[in-house]
Amino acid sequence: TMDFMEIHQNNVSSEGAEPRRRTSESGERGRGETELNGQPPSARPIPATVTEDDEDEELTLKYGAKHVIMLFVPVTLCMVVVVATIKSVSFYTQNDGQQLIYTPFREDTETVGQRALNSILNAAIMISVIVVMTLVLVLLYKYRCYKVIHGWLFISSLLLLFFFSFIYLGEVFKTYNVAMDYFTLAVIIWNFGVVGMICIHWKGPLRLQQAYLIMISALMALVFIKYLPEWTSWLILAVISVYDLLAVLCPKGPLRILVETAQERNEPIFPALIYSSTMVWLVGMADNVETRKNNTSSSSEPENPASPGQQSEDDGGFTSAWVGQQQQQLGNLQSTEESRREVQQMPSARPPADPADDEERGVKLGLGDFIFYSMLVGKASATASGDWNTTLACFVAILIGLCLTLLLLAIFKKALPALPISITFGLVFYFATDNLVRPFMDQLALHQFYI
Amino acid sequence: MPVAVFFGCAFIAFGPALALFVFTIAREPLRVIILIAGAFFWLLSLLLSSLVWFIAVKASNPENVSLQKGLLIFGAVFSVVLQEVFRFAYYRLLRKANEGLAAISEENLSPISVQQMAYVAGLGFGIMSGAFSMINILSDSLGPGTVGIYGDSQYYFITSAFMTMAMTLLHTFWGVVFFDGCEKRRWWVIAAVAALHLLVSGLSFLNPSYEGSLPPAYVIMVLMAAWAFFSSGGSLQTLTQVWMCKKNGVDSS
Repeated sequence: TMDFMEIHQNNVSSEGAEPRRRTSESGERGRGETELNGQPPSARPIPATVTEDDEDEELTLKYGAKHVIMLFVPVTLCMVVVVATIKSVSFYTQNDGQQLIYTPFREDTETVGQRALNSILNAAIMISVIVVMTLVLVLLYKYRCYKVIHGWLFISSLLLLFFFSFIYLGEVFKTYNVAMDYFTLAVIIWNFGVVGMICIHWKGPLRLQQAYLIMISALMALVFIKYLPEWTSWLILAVISVYDLLAVLCPKGPLRILVETAQERNEPIFPALIYSSTMVWLVGMADNVETRKNNTSSSSEPENPASPGQQSEDDGGFTSAWVGQQQQQLGNLQSTEESRREVQQMPSARPPADPADDEERGVKLGLGDFIFYSMLVGKASATASGDWNTTLACFVAILIGLCLTLLLLAIFKKALPALPISITFGLVFYFATDNLVRPFMDQLALHQFYI
Repeated sequence: MPVAVFFGCAFIAFGPALALFVFTIAREPLRVIILIAGAFFWLLSLLLSSLVWFIAVKASNPENVSLQKGLLIFGAVFSVVLQEVFRFAYYRLLRKANEGLAAISEENLSPISVQQMAYVAGLGFGIMSGAFSMINILSDSLGPGTVGIYGDSQYYFITSAFMTMAMTLLHTFWGVVFFDGCEKRRWWVIAAVAALHLLVSGLSFLNPSYEGSLPPAYVIMVLMAAWAFFSSGGSLQTLTQVWMCKKNGVDSS
């Protein structure tokens, strides 16, 4: 999907920006309000903005490392779950002959040329489906058909939490030859699903919510790994990173339009696929609860299993827009004027709550990113003959890509796609390790030479 | 039995590295990032050197066994040289990053010192090197089989594990010494590190006569440990203080 870590134009990255700057900045945007945050704009001292810049930059970098780790851990966990499942449960690497309806062409053809052609066609179909779905989503959002989107997300999370996890559990039981009766299974799945729905769409403990998001990302990645044939999946990964880049950075890109629309409307977006590392609590803000609820509700959304590709795409759109909105929200209370004034009346020196706020202000990464990272690593472990070396190389490459993306984010302070750099590194390292490093290391291990 | 071999070899090979990671690195986000970036740099060096080897092999006669072995040795030596080059490149990158961090911070002090970065970078190299050498062997050891059934050494797994541990720790010490040499502009130190790396790698060419490769490697490891300790500011005094469990300000990691 096109999920990415976004920094609202006005806001410093979620890594440690201060509320005051956001408040003043978003106030300056006006948005048709005559009174900017309850204070005339001239009251804002100019030099303060400059120091804010330096301090923001320092804060950004100081908190940068911490937030990178806050993303490393869930991404690593998701990948570990996927790789562990691939290595132990053979169901996900079996070729049942089934494929998704979006990839109708088969890859078990006679000639290499035919296979290449089929995979290109498959990838083209999948990507166009994704593009169309994103556009539909942007249109739905633009014309305020919120109920449609809400309902659709709800149904897809339902399907993912109940149906897919039922299948997964069934396969795990088959692998380990565990005797299980349907009654126990029903109770387990029911509890798992209902708690998941509550955590994701309403409120729940942060760690539980994060765990559910990781689990559904892993489930989705496993579905992709199973049902996408090999060459098609590599092509899709490559093309989707290019699309991510275009959709987020081009002025007419659908995701960018989505974000800007959300900013104009100054409203929260519905729950979307986004992983958040913290709850956002802002001291002294009147709509604490609402912010929190929005944060929790937006932290997850499963994919519609019937249309995984487009779902992830849509969620990507939601995610970015939602992130933008969330960033917006942090500084600018869209609820009441009183709360805005309240914020404004905070002491002009950095409020003491700031360090706490910075700590609390976590990073957000779209679930689609989780899914595609895990899909890459999972595919590497499933299909590479070099086995663990290739998996390890892809893992390190993706983490470094994520690190670089966050660094660019801290430098440029605008919406950035999280897929391109990591997927590029991942793909390069997969093919290089599988074809070049593997024979070399095999020979070295054979003779027990060490380098 | 296979599970026992698996766990035994895994803990031998990765125990010290894991302990070092858990106790000194896991809590500091910046160190974790430097560790993973170090692993990435090692990976890059391996990639390039295997590319060179691959080209050489493809250009040569696959039937000629001694030629292939010669090419493998050449590939290994080239890989060692390239690893040291990338270690230097990583040093330059870390220096730049350090200056950036220092400029940005409040008191113009970087949150991490060059010695800490040297240690973490060395450990990153070591962990990745060990992982690439050992993980496939470990996963093979889980399965059924008899080691050395065709007349090869029975001690393949355990010697691999010990060698991997030695290499991991050696990379750590080499990192510390190397960065220290770069900092103080002592180029002979860098040459010495490269030479020692070549020596240890070259000793492994004597395998499977493990007497020629393992004990010397461990001797070199102990010597390197001492060198790293003294070059990063430790002394016999601090050592005795550690033994006496006295609190000391000097961090000799």
